[in-house]
This record gives sequence, structure tokens and C-alpha cells, in this order.
Amino acid sequence: MMELPRAVSPVPPVPAPQAAERLAAAAAGHRRQRRRLLGWLVLGLTLGLLAGLVTGSAGFSMASLRSDLAGEQAWLILGEIRAPRTLGAALVGALLGLGGALAQGLFRNPLADPYLLGAAAGAGLAVVLVLAGATLGGLQMSLTAALWLEQVGLMMAAFIGAIGGVTLTLLLARGALHTTRLLLSGVVLAVLLGALSDLVTVISPDALRGKQAFMLGSTSFLGWSSVALMAAGLTLLLGLALRHSRALDALTLGEDSAASLGLELGRVRLVLVLLLSGATAVAVSQAGLVAFVGLVAPHLVRRHAPGAHAWLLAASALMGAVLLLLADVISRALIAPQELPVGVVTAVLGGLYLCLLLNRRGRSA
Amino acid sequence: MTAPGLHPPVLEAVDLQVGYGDGAGDGGGERLVLKSVSCRFEPGWTAIVGPNGAGKSTLLRVLAGLLPPRTGEVRMDGRRLADLNARERGRRIAWLAQQGEVTGELTVRETVALGRLPHLGLFGTPGAADEAAVDRAMAEAECDGWQDRRLNALSGGERQRVLLARALASEAPVLLLDEPTTHLDPPHQVALVRLAQQLAHGRTVVTVMHDLSLALAADRLLLLQEGQVRCAGAPADGELRTALEVVFRHAIRIVQQEGQWVALPQLATVPAL
Repeated sequence: MMELPRAVSPVPPVPAPQAAERLAAAAAGHRRQRRRLLGWLVLGLTLGLLAGLVTGSAGFSMASLRSDLAGEQAWLILGEIRAPRTLGAALVGALLGLGGALAQGLFRNPLADPYLLGAAAGAGLAVVLVLAGATLGGLQMSLTAALWLEQVGLMMAAFIGAIGGVTLTLLLARGALHTTRLLLSGVVLAVLLGALSDLVTVISPDALRGKQAFMLGSTSFLGWSSVALMAAGLTLLLGLALRHSRALDALTLGEDSAASLGLELGRVRLVLVLLLSGATAVAVSQAGLVAFVGLVAPHLVRRHAPGAHAWLLAASALMGAVLLLLADVISRALIAPQELPVGVVTAVLGGLYLCLLLNRRGRSA
Repeated sequence: MTAPGLHPPVLEAVDLQVGYGDGAGDGGGERLVLKSVSCRFEPGWTAIVGPNGAGKSTLLRVLAGLLPPRTGEVRMDGRRLADLNARERGRRIAWLAQQGEVTGELTVRETVALGRLPHLGLFGTPGAADEAAVDRAMAEAECDGWQDRRLNALSGGERQRVLLARALASEAPVLLLDEPTTHLDPPHQVALVRLAQQLAHGRTVVTVMHDLSLALAADRLLLLQEGQVRCAGAPADGELRTALEVVFRHAIRIVQQEGQWVALPQLATVPAL
């Protein structure tokens, strides 16, 4: 099992009279840590949402905001473009943060991420198939039908592909009981499905461009319907995940110990896999494969305010939202009026963060 | 010390065969770890001993219902263990893993409280009785002094005591402990043996032990060799002591000192391994 470094603070033995006070202090310390992080996250979320509304094609500037608001299209720009996009980015981040926390708890590995179980590869293949189908069949189709297929069809395809990928992984692993088999199946399937979608893009090169956009991830096209869908998905999945958080706590003791505590591992893990893939599929269908948020969000939470999984799941969702808001604003402001794909920004930020972690680990070792 | 029941259950293994491997090769490619093991665990403390690879931990895992045997069955008071559902089993049998492979950042108290899961299920809310059981378990395993420290900040021995408390917190009448003295320093090893002796009043305690002198403090010993029961009996039983010396190739000699049986390493005449 891979371990990333954590701050370890040895507490020297204390004489009995002081022990009780110390104990209370330690408990209060944990609570304070969590409250402080929660405070920062709420602040970050508020600022991020504001920044998302303010940032436009002229970048991050108050002057252009004023002219946007004064213009005739103020409602259109703020209400129909920036607001849903900003909220949508937060929701995609929250779903990926939740998925990452579930994956890391389920696999008892801090390097697990929501894309491990074939969700990404499945969604990728489905998107490519639809794109190829649309361009090959485009000659016979009316323009509106082709457009509709591209808009709605791609979301549906990504969702179904992600769920399909995880289902195949589960079938290959013969259920969710064995961690190693599950992980291996996910890897094998990712390779196979990846190769298939490469093959399709060779046959239908037009699909390549669309595939690339999907792989990089984007928050540009999020509208109110996406926001509603993701909000409903997040509420449902987070609620169910929190109800199962004690199973993840029990799994920290090892699988046999969890089973000895009366957990039916096969069933519980299947539920967790379904929650994880549900969160991933919803996020991927709306924004493509946004990298690293699912990996880094739970990490940051555990690093600054570790705790039981009920806290980890909720805080990771919040952390994911803040991270993706930040990345979304950067992707819009950095080379305005052009935009970077948000997945590129998260990949660069996430990669830098992991480098930092590795470097620290190297020095402390 | 709480006694979970006036009549602790009798655990019985009937003709157990256990093999590792996929079992596809008609048993041909499979290594049998337990070959037809039958034994009875009465209320009180039984220590399972035997050389490395004798199948001790495997037997304990089968007794805990974690490993289905290829043939044979485990019975508790005559009832098939396989007929109990996972939570019923968890309420009646507590199992402590050999190596506390723990991930995550739970605090000591949160970890011990997981012992209440078989009673609460995933969705139950802990009540006063659960908190009291957690407090008692932490006191018994002597880890109530640091209940708000995180598990990954503890030493191996400290962690072992927390995990023991987790097993005690379920208040199961059957307690299966796999190498509970590993990582413990001598004072805590002795404390654990005393605790096992106390717990054995009103429980059926089965431990796998490497340290023979500590195991000889149990009410009874079960000696396994190459997946088979070689001998079973109380330490006072001369036949058992002889079998122990033979199985351990006379590298130890069992003598009585100050009223207790101990295994003396025969350093002068160590046989070639």
C-alpha cells in the first residue's frame, strides 16, 4: 500500500492528572482543524463564485464587469452564460472530489482516483463512437439533427459509456470483492477501450478533434440544465455516500477486519463502486475528463484536517468545487479573450502539487 | 470486567479442509493448509501453537467465518456458523488481525467505536450503551489515555492495544486473537496474558501465539503441525508437553518455574534447522 508522508507529532507520555486536559485539548484541536478548513473552503467557494461571475472575455476586470452590467445583454451574459458555467464548474469539481474520496477510501490507497475503474475509458470510447457516427452519417442527416446529436447525444454517450466501462470492469473482476482484481480489471479495460477508440479515430479522423476536446475537459458549455442535473446528482450521491461512510471507516482496518465487523463486503463495496461511478459519470458527461481534481481534493483535505470518512467525503466535495472554480477562472482569464481547456489548467496545477509532495517526501525521507 | 454471557458458546471445527489457490486443478495444484482438522474450543482460554506454516492463522480465520473451508464446517453451540448472517456473526465472534494493517487517519476512540458496528449496522446511531462499551474496552486494553490521538501517530505496540480494544468493544462472547502479543513490550505482553485469563471467565477465547511461554499460561493448548492437530490439552498434561518439545525439535524444553510452565530455549544444543 502506498503511503504519502504525513505530519507525525509524537506526544510524550504525560502524568495522569494532566492527561484528561490534554485529551480534551487534542479533541478540540481536531475539531478546530476541521472548522478552520471548512471556513477557508466556504470563503474560497464564495470568492470563486464571485470571480466566476466577474471573469469574462476581457479577463478578470472590474471595468469590463461594469460595462457588461450596463450593456443590453447583461442578463444574457451573467444569467445565461457566466452564472451556470460558474456553478457548473463548482458542481463538476464537487462530484469529482466526492468520487476521489470514495475511490481512495474504497481502495485504501491515497493515489486512487475516480477514473480508475474504466469510467474514463468507457466515456471516451462512447464519445468517439457518437462523433464518428455523426460525421459518417452526417450526409444523410439534417443539420439540426446532427447538431442535436452532438449536443445531447454526447452527454448521454459519455454518461452511458462511463457506466458501461465500470460495469465491464465489475464483470471482468467478478464483482467488487477483491481489490487487486478490481484494479487490474480497470487497468486492462482502460487499455482495451482506449485502443478501440484510437482505432475508431483512425477510421474517422473527424472524431479525433471532438475526442481531444473531451479528453481535455471543458466547462464552457455548461448551461442551467447541466447545473440542475449535477445538483440533483450531487445531492443524491453525497447523501448516499455519507450514509455508507462508516463502511469506509471500517475498511481502514483491513478487509478481513471489516468483514469480521459484520459488513457484507461484496455488497457494500458494490454500492460504493456504484456511487463512485455515478459521481464520475455525471461529471464526465457534462465536462469531459477534467484531470487531477479527484486525486488532489481528498489529499488536501486529509493533509490539513484529517478525520473520519463522513467528514472526508463532504469536505473533499467542497474542496473539489473550490479547486475547479479556481481552475475555471484561471482558464478564462489567463489568455483572455481566448480560453484554455480547464482540464489543462487542473493537470498543470495538480501535477505541480504532486511534484511538491514528492519533493517534500524526498527531503523528509 | 464484563462477562457477556453466563454460558459462553462452544466452538467446534468439524473435519475442516482448507486450501489456497483457485481450486481449479481438482486439488492437484492446490496447497492444503488444513488437512482434516477437528477440534473443540470450550469456554476459557485456548492457545493455538505450532511451527511456522502449520495453519494456525488459517484455522483462526475459518473459525471467524472469514475463510470458507473447502470441506467441513464450524459450529457454534451446535449451530452451523455458515447459517449466521454477517452481523449476527460479528456480534458473537470478535476477530483481531495478525498485523494491524491500518490506513486512514481515524482517532483511537473512533477506531475502537468501530467495534460496535455489528450492533449498530451501518446506519445506526451509537447510544449510551455503545459509548460505555467503548470506554470499558479502552480501559481494559489500556489505551484510554490517548483516545484522541490518531492511529497513524502511534507505535506498533500502542496500535496493537487499540485494535485489541476494538475487538473487545463488540462484547462478543467469542474472542479470536491472532498473535495479540506481537509488537508488545514485555510489560504489555504480560498484561495481555492477564487480560486473556480474565476475559476467559465468561468467554471463549482463542489466541494464536508464537511465544510458547506466554501460550503456556492458557487453560488449554492446541498444537498444530502441517495442517493437522498434533495434540491438545492443558499445560499440566505431560503428553502435550512432550509433543510440544518434539514438534519444536527439542529447541525448547518445558519446565515448571515458580508454579508456571515456561519454554526454555536450549541454546547449547540447538539442532540444525
